Amino acid sequence: MSEETPTPERKNDGLPNTRTPAGGKPEEGRYSNERDRETGVAPLAPREFLRWTWRQLTSMRTALILLFLLALGSVPGSVIPQDAVDSLASSRWRDQHPSLTPLYEKLSLFSVYTSPWFSAIYVLLMISLVGCILPRARVYFKALRARPPKTPKNLSRLPEYRTFEVDAEPAEVLAKAKTFLGGYRKDLTEASIAAEKGYLREAGNLLFHLSVLVVLVGFATGSLFGYKGGVVVVTGGKFANISSQYDDFNPGRLFQVKNLKPFSFSITDFDVTFITTGRSAGQASDFSAGVDYQTSPTAAAKHTRIKVNHPLNIDGSKIYLIGHGYAPRVTVRNTSGAVVYDGPTVFLPEDATFLSQGVIKVPDASPSQLGFSGVFFPTYASTKTSGPFSAFPDDKNPILSLFVYSGDLGMNSGQPQSVYALDMAGLKQVKSDGKDLRIDLQVGETYPLPNGLGSITFDGVSRFVKLQVSHNPDDWMALLGMIMALTGLLGSLFIKPRRIWVSVRRDGARTLVEVAGLDRSSGGDLSGEVDDLAALLEENA
Amino acid sequence: MSHADFDMLSNQALAFCGVFYFIAVVAHLAEWAVGRNVPLDVLNGVKADAQAAGRRTAAAAVGGEAGDVLVETDEDSDAAASAAKMARYARIGLISTVVAAGIHFVAVASRGLAADPIRVPWGNMYEFTMTATLFVTIGYLAMYRRYGLSWLSPVVTSFVLITLMADALLLYDPVVKLRDALQSPWLIIHVVAAITATGAFTIGGMASILYLVKERWLAKHADDEGTLNAGYLARLPSLLQLDRMAYRVHAFAFPIWTFAALIAGPIWAQAAWGRYWGWDPKEVWAFITWVVYAAYLHARATAGWKGRNAAIIALLGLATLWFNFIGINFFFGSGSQHSYAEVAPFLLSR
Repeated sequence: MSEETPTPERKNDGLPNTRTPAGGKPEEGRYSNERDRETGVAPLAPREFLRWTWRQLTSMRTALILLFLLALGSVPGSVIPQDAVDSLASSRWRDQHPSLTPLYEKLSLFSVYTSPWFSAIYVLLMISLVGCILPRARVYFKALRARPPKTPKNLSRLPEYRTFEVDAEPAEVLAKAKTFLGGYRKDLTEASIAAEKGYLREAGNLLFHLSVLVVLVGFATGSLFGYKGGVVVVTGGKFANISSQYDDFNPGRLFQVKNLKPFSFSITDFDVTFITTGRSAGQASDFSAGVDYQTSPTAAAKHTRIKVNHPLNIDGSKIYLIGHGYAPRVTVRNTSGAVVYDGPTVFLPEDATFLSQGVIKVPDASPSQLGFSGVFFPTYASTKTSGPFSAFPDDKNPILSLFVYSGDLGMNSGQPQSVYALDMAGLKQVKSDGKDLRIDLQVGETYPLPNGLGSITFDGVSRFVKLQVSHNPDDWMALLGMIMALTGLLGSLFIKPRRIWVSVRRDGARTLVEVAGLDRSSGGDLSGEVDDLAALLEENA
Repeated sequence: MSHADFDMLSNQALAFCGVFYFIAVVAHLAEWAVGRNVPLDVLNGVKADAQAAGRRTAAAAVGGEAGDVLVETDEDSDAAASAAKMARYARIGLISTVVAAGIHFVAVASRGLAADPIRVPWGNMYEFTMTATLFVTIGYLAMYRRYGLSWLSPVVTSFVLITLMADALLLYDPVVKLRDALQSPWLIIHVVAAITATGAFTIGGMASILYLVKERWLAKHADDEGTLNAGYLARLPSLLQLDRMAYRVHAFAFPIWTFAALIAGPIWAQAAWGRYWGWDPKEVWAFITWVVYAAYLHARATAGWKGRNAAIIALLGLATLWFNFIGINFFFGSGSQHSYAEVAPFLLSR
């Protein structure tokens, strides 16, 4: 598993280091990979079969195929809505495609990246990676101390070869060559010099592959010991960091309650600016929430603002502002005028125009419990063809449009209920003139409900923020892994391993000099270097 | 100059650099059209010939005696004259490209100055494309001399011209403030790295395409020495050199892409969205691109995969890269947190 050229001696399962001096057919030798050439059937003897399987699995060819499978296997997760990414979208998709859903669920297509088949691909890839770097590391540590290979007899068969004659004595030429070959590991004999450099390339290569494991382990421990929670808070509302206060709370498998720091905060205000022109119109250019927070119940309160890219960090727990929306404030009164419901109710945004849906449950209403279900338009508009819609995400012309239900809300059954949906079992829709009653309210308007059910007033609009709190204890490890990966990658791609030989022979009154070079990376070009060395020797010797 | 003036300057500069890119494309096409019948060995001495031809013409013009030059009518001098013409067109093309790159830079820089407050010019697809193409041109010009890239000129200039045309016609977007998630120093780090890698992968992909074309052409005309000895494809570097150049450019781009997509991206995502990696469609495809290019680097070192197969893998990587840029923004729309080309829904409902 490496982008470097596996020379035969580096792919030999740690067998004795059979360094072939780079003669023969260098082009072919450079790329040959023993394991990739193995074909034929698996042997039947169990030991041999295991060995064969291991060699197949750790071959570069298998690694390549696994890489492609990994790429291919990632595709469905970008096309099919994922439970872990957007659970709302995936449940909507399920509703719209009832016949495909069972098949997709069998194939884990709603949770591709944690599915057994996707895990199988990357686990195999990791095994292949380990199986590749272990023997290579062993070979590399031997090679680190090894001397450059002896000068081949026939230098002219190497990819780069120059020859010329000079007057100087052979020993003098070799001494000069030695000084010119700075940074090389050199072996000097009587008639030749063998030099090699670029040993760190393989180290970079091994470091990169090792760091892939470090990154994965770093992320895994972070998600095992940490937690992530989401909570919706209406402006003016408070939050204390205990698990029951979260709307959704996802602790890691090894999470401990003591990691839940005792902070609390309240949202003082919310500010948003929307882009009004161009293709990005309707996207928020700025949104931020004011926060009063205490690091512990006894600590002094501090004020700050959080926004996208600027989370609040309290003792290693980070609080992110990840979304916002509207919470219309309504007051419901019974026929005698007594207030039975009062306050902001969170409506969830449906799309980029912040057309929002929600329900209002009034269990204290009399004579029967009341439920309202409807839509909030921040900037109401309507055309004949499209019907009512929200023209802009800001609250320029807010309208609350509700259907009314009366009866039993089912809140005493002991079953936990969603605050965003009505349990229709005990409810009957309220009608007016034989049609379903729809109430459209502007801010400040009151609508008297029929049949003595009371009245509803739309008092105004509050904002809510969606916050995410997360704590990842070991994220430094993943970061360290990434820095290692980049360092290793740079080393493995840009350090150029090469061998150079200079051989001299006295020929009458002159000395015949041969210079040859072998580039051992897969993209190198030694001709310039060999030219330079030859020119230097020719001029100076 | 006010922000509005810079806005206008940017639009006009983009139009003008388009004109110069167009001249460059025409000049380079003329260069290779003229060179269609010039045998390879004539071109090998093209510089000397061109200089000689230039001197002779100059001498003739000064002396008023054109006779000397016109008398030579044998084939060699025809070829030499064509070679001289080639060199002249190549120079026109190169100069036009340099001028175009300068104006292109003005367009990009003034686009950044047009926004209030001033910002980096890659807040949406229009600006990203404009900047990425500038990086392609600069990369090409920077490597021109060192790697002898005259053979890449027609491909690069036409690519940049066509991309810029599509950008101005289809993706134009007025200058606005940056949307919330983009307001971060990581916008510079993450996006510059992504643009550099995209530009380099694109140039590497061009070399891989030419590798495949030349390989096929060599196989087809193996016995036909006349064909093999002239024309554009004959003048491309050898397969070994093309493969090596493609590898070098990809090897340069790969660590940058690793940094952009798998290091800077997650760090920024953690600050903006509270998670390092969320399998957002854009992230998925950035990962796919990374895996495919990793496969390319491995393939080049594997028996039976180097050369042709490696080039095909590199092009597959390029396809995923550009699909990620264009496809995710347009087809996956609101499904991606990275979608900056989304058409606002209220525009659709009109």
